[in-house]
Amino acid sequence: MFNFTVRRLLFTIPTLLFISFVIFFILDAAPSDPTGNLPLTIPPDVREKIRASLGLDQPMIVRYLLWCKQFFINEPLNLLDQWGLHLGDPDRLRVISFQTRSPVVDMIAERMPQTLWVVGMSYVVGVMIALPIGIISAVRQYSWFDQLGTFISMIGFSVPTFFTGVLMIVVFSTIVPRDSFFWFPSIYDTTLKVTDWASFGAQVRQMAMPVFVLALYNAAQISRFMRASMLDNLNQDYVRTARAKGLRERTVLLVHVLRNSLIPVITVIALGVPQVFGGAIITEQVFKVNGLGQLLIIAIQGGDIPTVQTLTFIFAVLIVLFNLIADILYGILDPRIRYD
Amino acid sequence: MPEGAAPILDVSGLKTVFTTRSGEVHAVNSVSFNLAPGELLGVVGESGSGKSVTMMSLIGLLPSPPAEIRGGTAMFDGHDMLAMSQDELRQIRGSRIGFVFQDPMTSLNPVFSVGFQLMEPLRVHMNMNKAQARARAIELLELVGIPDAESRLDNFPHQFSGGMRQRVMIAIALACDPQILIADEPTTALDVTIQAQILELVKELRQKLGMAIIWITHDLGVIAGIADRVRVMYGGQVVEQAPVRELFSNPLHPYTRALLETLPGFVGARSKRLRTIEGQPPSLDRQPTSCPFRTRCRHANDQCARENPPIRTIANGHDVACFWRPDA
Ligand SMILES: Nc1ncnc2c1ncn2[C@@H]1O[C@H](COP(=O)(O)OP(=O)(O)OP(=O)(O)O)[C@@H](O)[C@H]1O
Ligand SMILES: [Mg+2]
Repeated sequence: MFNFTVRRLLFTIPTLLFISFVIFFILDAAPSDPTGNLPLTIPPDVREKIRASLGLDQPMIVRYLLWCKQFFINEPLNLLDQWGLHLGDPDRLRVISFQTRSPVVDMIAERMPQTLWVVGMSYVVGVMIALPIGIISAVRQYSWFDQLGTFISMIGFSVPTFFTGVLMIVVFSTIVPRDSFFWFPSIYDTTLKVTDWASFGAQVRQMAMPVFVLALYNAAQISRFMRASMLDNLNQDYVRTARAKGLRERTVLLVHVLRNSLIPVITVIALGVPQVFGGAIITEQVFKVNGLGQLLIIAIQGGDIPTVQTLTFIFAVLIVLFNLIADILYGILDPRIRYD
Repeated sequence: MPEGAAPILDVSGLKTVFTTRSGEVHAVNSVSFNLAPGELLGVVGESGSGKSVTMMSLIGLLPSPPAEIRGGTAMFDGHDMLAMSQDELRQIRGSRIGFVFQDPMTSLNPVFSVGFQLMEPLRVHMNMNKAQARARAIELLELVGIPDAESRLDNFPHQFSGGMRQRVMIAIALACDPQILIADEPTTALDVTIQAQILELVKELRQKLGMAIIWITHDLGVIAGIADRVRVMYGGQVVEQAPVRELFSNPLHPYTRALLETLPGFVGARSKRLRTIEGQPPSLDRQPTSCPFRTRCRHANDQCARENPPIRTIANGHDVACFWRPDA
């Protein structure tokens, strides 16, 4: 297993380099112009100079290598600097946003907490709701609980988050009176600092709607997987053996059946993590959460290639990483899988 | 069979019905039988004759719905198992009645070690701690002839061959020293040499441990080798039961006779072609009101269509459900 992990990790290096190149190539091929949003009164030769100052007059391959150097060498060195470990010249060039002229990595670091809190929390909540629902739905197949679960997941599955999100805002931010307990803010306030119970309450309230919308969406998918996987296993011979041994029904279900059913579901959960970041772009936009998704949208609109490149690459890293994690979990959970 | 000993298990009038979308399936119809302590009762019958369902009904292993036990009693040690709660049955399952199933490849849980699965009944029923259960598990694996038991305990089922897995299943069934072992076609999925080994093992274990065994099989040859008494099932009913010698030398029911004829070279001169039983198994969609075998029977007459022949004792320990008599 260890060898497998190391081998896979080494293999991710060329994979990610290749991905970063493809992203760069596609961004370069896209007809986006960082000076496009500037006032029309600016004459073309000035625009040309602005482009040159952004380094856009260089050939694509040079710009790509420059980005690689900035991202893979300078940024890590800079990180070490911050931890008090100084290597080489501290005056190195970092990945700089076209729009804000500030380092992209710093912008990402600023926005990461919001995304992790809202999106990460919604995934955790979604999984925690989905697993019990899936298990109960399978054990009580065709019961009213199962039917209701099927109905709700169908809704969660088929109604897009930008619809549920706006619907929630209409109901809980506008229809419900402001002083009511059921009123929730529609805009996420990043400046809110949790210092006491009151501000903690406010934080929970402003997270509630985006988390609910995303959690519903995630739970809908995962609960279906869980249910199907449980049903698959409930009919297996080993379940009959477990019952014939005189085990409690709870043990049969929650030890024997569940352990087997979780194998594919955990893989799905792990593979879903990077998708969650992508999928959250819309929800972040709807609820004005200034997280990574919103940053990406703004950067795309402004033709901010370094930001888009870096963010997209980070998403790619997440995907590759969680693929590896899924494989490793699979190997841990299923003793029949041996990687070496 | 120890003559006259009180039976350890006495089933009478067991009826099990499945309610399915396409109607009812009367899988077990008024089945009665008993089992003496230490006896090996063979159960034969074609596929779908209700052999498995009978046994599963007794210890509450059938999913309900669709299964419903419509009647009967099953006295085990003075208590009616059919009237017991699931909780009471659970305490009998795996501790006083052990089960071995047909397919050893799928009957063990793939994600738990063999030791874990073997120790489970010990810990549940005998309240053993980990160390005690482990010691007993090693003993059990040695008992069923698995070499190097101690290190094999931490292996997973996929690291065992089919025959080995069936040995493990037997070890699990025997873990708590049951009074009855129910083996549902335990050798059907194994090749012939492994099958012979398992049969030897069971014979040997029976000598050592002295439990009663119910052995379900399609294979009359196996029955001839190990059973004390044989019960023949057809269409969810017991059509004949007799001590093994008596049954093979003097089969009374036309179905039993036909079964024996399908056995190559068992009775009389070897026929040129393998004999088969013509026709289809009976439909089980309602309670039988006529003999279920009559459409395939060479000796059927009007009476067979009018009423279902009740099971009657003909000679000492030899019961049959048929109006026809071979020498009549
Ligand atoms: N869950 C179920 N739902 C509906 N019918 C069932 C169910 N389980 C068994 N049956 C029916 O009960 C009848 C008896 O089945 P059983 O499994 O006891 O046969 P068997 O004698 O053990 O056959 P085999 O030798 O193939 O194991 C069959 O007709 C079968 O279709
Ligand atoms: Mg069967």
